[in-house]
Amino acid sequence: MTAAVVVFPGSNCEHDAVSGLELAGTTAELVWHTETDLSRFDLVVLPGGFAHGDYLRPGALARISPVMDAVGAFAAKGGPVVGICNGFQVLTEAGLLPGALQKNNHLTFNCKDSVLEVASSRSVLTSGVAVGTKLSIPINHFSGSYVCAEETLRALHDNDQVVLRYVENPNGSLDDIAGISNVAGNVVGLMPHPERACSTLLGSTDGLVLLQALVGAAQLA
Amino acid sequence: MRFTATVDVSLRPGIADPEGATIERALPALGISSVTKVRAGQSFVFDVEAASADEATAIATDLATRLLANPVIEDSTVRVEAR
Repeated sequence: MTAAVVVFPGSNCEHDAVSGLELAGTTAELVWHTETDLSRFDLVVLPGGFAHGDYLRPGALARISPVMDAVGAFAAKGGPVVGICNGFQVLTEAGLLPGALQKNNHLTFNCKDSVLEVASSRSVLTSGVAVGTKLSIPINHFSGSYVCAEETLRALHDNDQVVLRYVENPNGSLDDIAGISNVAGNVVGLMPHPERACSTLLGSTDGLVLLQALVGAAQLA
Repeated sequence: MRFTATVDVSLRPGIADPEGATIERALPALGISSVTKVRAGQSFVFDVEAASADEATAIATDLATRLLANPVIEDSTVRVEAR
């Protein structure tokens, strides 16, 4: 079992992602953004950072990187895809997840621990994790305020697509949303960084709960 | 023919604009009290090679809607002038 961690010019959390995935029980490889075939992998992670400098909008240029067609094809076959922070922004820009990430309210850059509540056990990132479970996982973002149209929010609720909510909303996100999935549950985006909460030395191992769920779901897929 | 296109991108009405709001809150420090409803946006200027103004507008509009603006939160307007 091998995970792909996609590296765009400007990604900066790819080594943390590899480390977290390895602690969760899978081997992981860095894959440059010009890759056009991801079929040899069992799961795909888009890590945090500033892909293509975040120019234009976070994720706007990354979504036309060559690898994104392969990410779309991998997701369409039901493969698990998780976008963390900047990766979440890339997935929304690519249309693989609905809505958008807008600048935080009050223009604050958020870099702190956040407490999340699991809102759905249906996604690949939370399968087997009970709804209501509280997890302490850091956030580190400037544009993490989730926005979408009213009918999109209704669909997110109707289809059980809200995966994680902030217990204390740090950025003005609609409905306290910290992470969502697509309808099928195999594509997940979240602003918090589970890969930074995989060691007691770093203050929390709650991120490992999510990454282990992801690796488990990928083994079944 | 060569045209110069200008694409203005702005947040859609109803979408919160913390950047515009922050600029507005700073205005009293400049002694400006008559300015309200500040909205921030982006402007893009580029040249287009096309047979007509209509074709240049179509190319610029395609670029605006597929890349320069995110239709979930932003609107765009396109202007084209012959050079």
